[in-house]
Amino acid sequence: MDKALGNKIPEFNKKPGGAGGSGLAGLSSFGSGDHRSKLEIVVIILVAVVIIGGSEILLRLFNVPQYIIPKPTQIVTALFTEWHFLWPHIVITLYELLTGFFIGGSIGFILAAVITQFPFVEKVVTPYILLLVTTPMLALVPLLILRFGFGSEPRIIAVALASGPMVMINAATGFRRVDLAKIALARSFGASTLQIFTKIRIPMAMPMIIVGLMVGSIFGLLTAIGAEMVGGAEGLGNRLTYYSALIRMPQFFAIIFLLATIGISIYIFFFWLGKKWASWEA
Amino acid sequence: MTKTKMAIHSATKFYETRSGSTHALDNVSLDVREGEFLCILGPSGCGKSTLLWSMAGLHALSGGEVKLGSETITQPHPEIAMIFQDANLLPWRNLAKNIALPFELKRKPPDQARIDSLLERVNLKGFENKFPRELSGGMQQRASIVRSLAVDPSVLLMDEPFGALDAFTRDEMNLLIQEIWMETRKTIVFVTHSISEAIFLADRVVVMSARPGRIASIYDIDIPRPRPVDIQTKPDFIARVLEIKGSIDNGRGAAAGLAIT
Ligand SMILES: Nc1ncnc2c1ncn2[C@@H]1O[C@H](COP(=O)(O)OP(=O)(O)O)[C@@H](O)[C@H]1O
Ligand SMILES: [Mg+2]
Repeated sequence: MDKALGNKIPEFNKKPGGAGGSGLAGLSSFGSGDHRSKLEIVVIILVAVVIIGGSEILLRLFNVPQYIIPKPTQIVTALFTEWHFLWPHIVITLYELLTGFFIGGSIGFILAAVITQFPFVEKVVTPYILLLVTTPMLALVPLLILRFGFGSEPRIIAVALASGPMVMINAATGFRRVDLAKIALARSFGASTLQIFTKIRIPMAMPMIIVGLMVGSIFGLLTAIGAEMVGGAEGLGNRLTYYSALIRMPQFFAIIFLLATIGISIYIFFFWLGKKWASWEA
Repeated sequence: MTKTKMAIHSATKFYETRSGSTHALDNVSLDVREGEFLCILGPSGCGKSTLLWSMAGLHALSGGEVKLGSETITQPHPEIAMIFQDANLLPWRNLAKNIALPFELKRKPPDQARIDSLLERVNLKGFENKFPRELSGGMQQRASIVRSLAVDPSVLLMDEPFGALDAFTRDEMNLLIQEIWMETRKTIVFVTHSISEAIFLADRVVVMSARPGRIASIYDIDIPRPRPVDIQTKPDFIARVLEIKGSIDNGRGAAAGLAIT
């Protein structure tokens, strides 16, 4: 049965892309090899070359000092020469992000699934979730450091606290969309409560669950970086403070570049997941 | 005398809502004969869906009972399948997976031979990989008929299944369901608010009146089968439509009179 369910996943890919919207809609055409999408890729690359090359030329032309804005070539050089110093910090930041997001996301998802079944409980709990959503979890980091020290734990907790409520609030919106006719359909074929949950409620909530995971993981990344800037001696956030204190701007911008890459990768991943599991709602 | 397939004894149903209580069914008693095509006809809001949902075991009655043979129906029964308005396919599943849903829920492997022959029968072979939004309303409803017949129930409950379709598709679907009924001899309870659809399909038409939902009258339709679509333009057919329409209008008049006193 689970296998049968899994089989449907490739079929989501078969049909031509339709979902999208933002500037990343062009991603959907990377896979297919038709003429139009090739042209799109050429244009995308051309624009990137013009922007990067243009800033290189302008920075050279106006002799902007490196400690104000480094040239793209200097940033790339720094990325390569410092790589063996940088990658352990990448690993640490990703570890904090993934662990915290996994913990926070799981709790958020389960809470959303359970709470939406009990309207009264939902009313009682929602204000606290809103409080967690709107309070920057960074504010708690100094407190967490006092309690847990300068290791990864306080940052993992901060990431979980930042991403969990985001996942929860979006997933809850999804779970609240009850379609009585579809539930009646499943019941008429003898579905159990658990089957109604796995075969009707979860698929129906899936588009919002994926939105929650995306927003939650981006918030988690911001919180991880912020927490590393507050204290400790590791992680990309810590490197930002370190290099800016030394006014080593090429290295500083190399880390900004790495952070942007992580953020965009997260976006692309969930965009792809959405196409796979939630494209029926295009 | 034919056997009784399902029996409804003094079915009464109140809906309790915040704005008060609605008396949806009042003391409805009805025998559904084995293998008959029964149409339940009535204006919207007269309790047709309420009655059908009770027969499907999807909700409880406030009073009375529904029986399938000797069993009392208090929850969905494998012998009874329901077909809903606007097909009610799951948009995230393709056609094949939609049809496999009942088997998944019952934890059985799908009866692929039966499914294939049904798909062939309703002209949906080759569309298994399509998603509901890629299919027309008629195709969706045909798929939902296959989904229900695939598990081989003996009773089909249909709640205004073709109400959302255009007139042409509706005629096609009526012919199809007539043929399916003649081939399978399932017991079909078919809810509609169209008088001519009811007469075209039914062995018996049960007319309901509203507020509270009651059975107003029952008509035997002895037109021989197969009935062609153009039968609906024949004088005899039109006379039957007018007879039922007249009784409904009279009923309304009486109800209005009651309301004044
Ligand atoms: N879930 C419900 N809660 C409250 N009232 C309902 C509910 N379902 C139906 N009703 C009311 O019961 C009456 C009969 O409804 P229904 O059985 O849907 O009629 P029909 O199918 O003939 O249009 C209507 O007045 C309707 O408003
Ligand atoms: Mg109805």
